[in-house]
Amino acid sequence: MSSPEVDEAAAPAVDEARQTIIEEFSAELGDAVVGSHVRPGDDVWIRVTRQSWREAGFVLRDKAGCRAFEFLSVIDWLPSPFGKNEDSPTDGPPNVSTEIKTGYAGGDTRFQVFARAHSLTRKLGVTLKVDLDEDDLSLTTWLPVYAGVNWHEREAHEMFGVTFEGHPHLVKLYLPGDFEGYPLRKTFPLLARHVKPWPGLVDVEPMPEEAAPEGEAPADADADADADADANAEPST
Amino acid sequence: MTAITDRQKLAYANAQAADGRVNLEFETDEGMTLNMGPQHPATHGTLRIILKLDGEQVISCEPVMGYMHRGYEKLTEVRTYPQVTTLINRIDWLGSFANEVPFILASETLMGIEAPPRAQWIRTLLFEMSRIANISLFVGDMALHIGAMTAAFYAFRDREFVLNQIESATGGRFHPNFDRIGGLKDDLPKGWITDTKAAMETIRDFCDEMETLVEGNEIFQARTRGIGVIPADIALQFGLSGANLRASGVDWDLRRDNPVGLAWNEVDWNVVTHPDGDSFARFWVRLQEIRESTRIVDQLCDGLPPGPIMAKVPRIIKVPEGEAWVATENPLGEMGYYVISKGDLGPFRVKIRTASFNNVSIVPWVCRGVYVPDVVTILASLYFILGDIDR
Repeated sequence: MSSPEVDEAAAPAVDEARQTIIEEFSAELGDAVVGSHVRPGDDVWIRVTRQSWREAGFVLRDKAGCRAFEFLSVIDWLPSPFGKNEDSPTDGPPNVSTEIKTGYAGGDTRFQVFARAHSLTRKLGVTLKVDLDEDDLSLTTWLPVYAGVNWHEREAHEMFGVTFEGHPHLVKLYLPGDFEGYPLRKTFPLLARHVKPWPGLVDVEPMPEEAAPEGEAPADADADADADADANAEPST
Repeated sequence: MTAITDRQKLAYANAQAADGRVNLEFETDEGMTLNMGPQHPATHGTLRIILKLDGEQVISCEPVMGYMHRGYEKLTEVRTYPQVTTLINRIDWLGSFANEVPFILASETLMGIEAPPRAQWIRTLLFEMSRIANISLFVGDMALHIGAMTAAFYAFRDREFVLNQIESATGGRFHPNFDRIGGLKDDLPKGWITDTKAAMETIRDFCDEMETLVEGNEIFQARTRGIGVIPADIALQFGLSGANLRASGVDWDLRRDNPVGLAWNEVDWNVVTHPDGDSFARFWVRLQEIRESTRIVDQLCDGLPPGPIMAKVPRIIKVPEGEAWVATENPLGEMGYYVISKGDLGPFRVKIRTASFNNVSIVPWVCRGVYVPDVVTILASLYFILGDIDR
């Protein structure tokens, strides 16, 4: 963040403090660490197997010293079949690929649970990720690791449908009890938007007189126009 | 829109109808069940708490949220990056500018740009002024919950000076929407620095006033000392942050320990902690924090560097693929955004980590065994904003 000037000056920067954390995880968990990524001077991501999720939590808390819990949530990597919900209701659904492309530290599945905690002494945080099979969205609860994960797991349960085994009170946190569906999944439509289409896209169209001097922006705008032209293609899902 | 089934439409309609219904069974076999809220004045909005009582003592307590859930995490997925700031302004509505900053910083991290120094300083300035506006209201509000009306009116009166300054700089009293990727919308207006310093004087007087009026008050001390004690270890486990954590004796402040691209390290100020971890400690730490914030604002006003307020950014903001987490020390505690970009005009997913969500999750733990009037003071001292819990 503010320090990258220093880090980037050292060319292909190696962040030793964050590399050490990955080594600690590998030493404790062995093959259960299936992926990792470091952005020097900023952050570290570690992906573990589902079986070792709770153990990884204890390593995070006790070995890596990250005693302060921050959050737990889920990522749905499927591109939204509804696009950005910015199309006219009379058009067909946008042509969106269903290719699942995951982020840092890799991943093979559509759903990933990720959690973060930070260390007060080392002054850095760690993001842990874990893959979940789409047929079996369940994971061991982290309640014995961080007591504060309680509501985060309930939220993940109602918003994404992930079950946390061993959680004593996995009921809805925000939504009414008889709500159907998992709102934060990409396949869940934002219905308010379908009832009344979003006019906001107009705001980001380039001004005609600015098209020439700015080098990068017009090129992007043209690409968008092409994408809009393709919007009438058959839906892929 | 062929992809949406009738069933989904029905589910949506059902959910809307269910909003008006209360769906909790009241058990009466053990003790008495007392419903508190959602419109109770101590709940800062619409938090509902179900208390199970044995006489005057609380056996268990269960907060019920969702009365103000606006689905911002879903909405960010259909907005462009500049549009998201409008939404996230409304998360913690008393310190709105502070909400914008971590999101903008996360976007800037992904784009690999940095705001010019003057923009960073003005961001820090407005950030601290949001904190003062937010926490001075807390100080009055806390007294109000103990039963002292006067302090609340003093707080509203003196907060006005800070809000006026925020308004004259940004155009918005509550929702500035002033931060932009790469810098700020505008520079500060003429004469703003002088007026701001005068406002800081008023706030310092307000702190003195509150110390004599509230902090030294016998009733106030009796109601808060030793009530709702949270040990440091428990606080960390529950992910408490901000003044709640520092009141438990943990010396951790992101402004000092991870000042992501803002100017806190350029000025001289102290992190305030208190070893007790009770309601009084939480009040005291926040009151001292206002003083420290006024010091920060004064020094930032003096040392404001000249220069541009906007870095060179393309007109159409496309954020490169990647993930970034940026958290800052907001008035209520640590607020962070986990932004995932796929190279589009808008974010792919934004996880909003708000301070109040974690701060309130400790309520069932800390309210067990206390007496009913203490529930009010504990809730007041934990200090949450409903929009910050429900998002």
